[in-house]
Amino acid sequence: MASENIKVAYWPGCVSRGFTPELHGSMALVAERLGIELVELDRANCCGAGVIAEHNQELADTLNARTFALAQQTGLSMMNICSTCQGAQSECQQRLDADSAYRAHVNEALSGQGLSYEKGEEGGWTNKNFLWLLVEDYGLDRLAAQVKRPLSGLRVGPFYGCYIVRPKERLGYNHFPDRDIYLEKVIETLGGQIVEYDGARKCCGFPVITMNRETSLRQAGTHVGDAIDAGADCLVTPCPLCHLNLDMQQPEAAKVVNRDLGLAVLHLPQLVGLALGADPKELGMGKHIASTRWVEERLTSGVAA
Amino acid sequence: MAEYTIKVRRFQPESGEGPYWEQFNVDLDPSLSVLDGLLQAKDKEDGSLAVRCSCRAAICGSCGMKVNGQSTLGCKTQIGEAQEQADKMKAATGVSAAEADSPIRGEGSDLGSADNPIVIEPMGNMPVIKDLITDMESTHWTKIRRVTPWLLPHGEPPEREYVVDPESMIDITQSMACIQCGACVSSCLSMEADPGFIGPAALAKAYRFVGDPRDAETEERLHDLAEDPHGIYDCTHCFSCIDACPKGVAPMDQIMRLRRRAGEEGIEDPNSGHDHEMAFVKIIEKKGTLDESLLLQESFAPGVKGKLKPSKRAIKEMLGSIPTAIRGIKTGKMRSLPKLIPGVHHKLPGGAQDDVQAIYRHAETHNEEFNLYIKGEEGELAEDDVEKGIERSTEPAGQEASNGQ
Repeated sequence: MASENIKVAYWPGCVSRGFTPELHGSMALVAERLGIELVELDRANCCGAGVIAEHNQELADTLNARTFALAQQTGLSMMNICSTCQGAQSECQQRLDADSAYRAHVNEALSGQGLSYEKGEEGGWTNKNFLWLLVEDYGLDRLAAQVKRPLSGLRVGPFYGCYIVRPKERLGYNHFPDRDIYLEKVIETLGGQIVEYDGARKCCGFPVITMNRETSLRQAGTHVGDAIDAGADCLVTPCPLCHLNLDMQQPEAAKVVNRDLGLAVLHLPQLVGLALGADPKELGMGKHIASTRWVEERLTSGVAA
Repeated sequence: MAEYTIKVRRFQPESGEGPYWEQFNVDLDPSLSVLDGLLQAKDKEDGSLAVRCSCRAAICGSCGMKVNGQSTLGCKTQIGEAQEQADKMKAATGVSAAEADSPIRGEGSDLGSADNPIVIEPMGNMPVIKDLITDMESTHWTKIRRVTPWLLPHGEPPEREYVVDPESMIDITQSMACIQCGACVSSCLSMEADPGFIGPAALAKAYRFVGDPRDAETEERLHDLAEDPHGIYDCTHCFSCIDACPKGVAPMDQIMRLRRRAGEEGIEDPNSGHDHEMAFVKIIEKKGTLDESLLLQESFAPGVKGKLKPSKRAIKEMLGSIPTAIRGIKTGKMRSLPKLIPGVHHKLPGGAQDDVQAIYRHAETHNEEFNLYIKGEEGELAEDDVEKGIERSTEPAGQEASNGQ
């Protein structure tokens, strides 16, 4: 399987084209270097991030069924680059797959657009975050063979984002029990050093940034601080919403937790891109709020830890 | 039989010392529980090891604890699986829990298997009384009482019991499944950052009464839960409580139901949770993808353009976001008009926006909620039911009922 060409229907999500444009750009670059062909779903809509489901569950299910149906029209499985998209879409997919009558009911709303979401056979039609695709379909051996600049000595803390680790049953952990250690596997494959710290699978706080700013920023600040204390040179995350709280809000989070922070937070494609030899600038690392210069220096100087 | 090393976080207040780790070697079948392992250690090695338990069958809810960091019931976690989890994390991270900074006592620390023990801790987000026994009163029960966990019917009580249509009670069976073990409270990442949060157990309990057709103060309850700044809009959607709950209550889902009900009542909350939700929903209807700057503006000051006087909170929040915006402009992250000016964001291309709007129109007339807990998966019984040989109570699909004997 690992040697086959990979071509996927690609849902980039909203934030990767909004406040984290560097994610969308770095994914395109990395996909090309890895030989993953992306067929972008430019007519697809927001996953609702759980917020639309909170308002009207059927609306969220139908909106995501539309995205799935658009992807299925291409004859390809789907890939996303956002833990939140993964979680919100998996939630809808779980309900749609559970019951044919409900699926038919939702598809009725799509019929006017010539669309229909069909439940795949077990593992037949999938929607996977780039992280899952990289490990399960692309393969770590194949990834290792592509590494041009091992991240030797770079100490990387994983940050998953809640939506891609919980609930385990919904997110396919029965079939893929190691999905909560994939970031570690990727970091290791790229030649980096794993930094384990308390916050790796905790909440970045972003969902309540507008509702309870202090709680939200305390979460982000605590995790960044813990990673620094554990010796991390940077964090890596497959979720752009986590990136907003961990990077864009980092100076504000520092005020709430009352300590200096200043830790680079990389998007997963950026970390992969660095190991593939891409220039940090091409990967949009200059757009980050927390400076990535330290990461670049460590890589160019080749200092071992 | 297999040998395991369990590493227990212990604390005895009377000693005047802080908490410490102690390792015990136990010998039991992998299919037995972590609680069985603890009881063996207590029986054979140290009778003073304090653990609360009763039924040992995931019914009473007494033995809430953290196993390898996961909040759960000790009696519902097989010790063999707990060892596999510990091995997996060790292999992935290279970090063993035995490298924790606290001193380790006990003979287990001399043995080979001890470099990767099963780590057992008392529940989180609540004070520890002794070893694995936490103070449920000061957190869990206080929060449960906070939501008025009893029925508030109006009018003269009937002569006999209140009679309800069984169908109307199905919606709350999920929240009624709670056994008050506190595992969700222990796991709550929102409460970890904000101890004032009412929390998953109490809010699930609140939904049990909000959804009860016999209760006459639903609206008052919703106002209370939405208007408390540490209420339903303080949940961060982290799903920890869903994975922690041994009974499938999915407290977070109940919190989202409370938000939906509060929204339907049109309740405005001090956290702008409802405004945020409505802004999000409307933006996707108009644009298909998220206009982040408009979401920020509308979450704090809905319809601000038409208002002469936005609220104090809106002004404060909008001013507070200026430094972040300036930083974003400096690095180029936000250097484009649609990101800076609310409402400039593009629509979906080529008529796709009309398709999204058609979906909105359809869903508004239905707003169906499909509850997997109640309906189950088509054509197959939930695992638990197969184990117990129980027939599903609601018989959603014909096949299921016939398979369930």
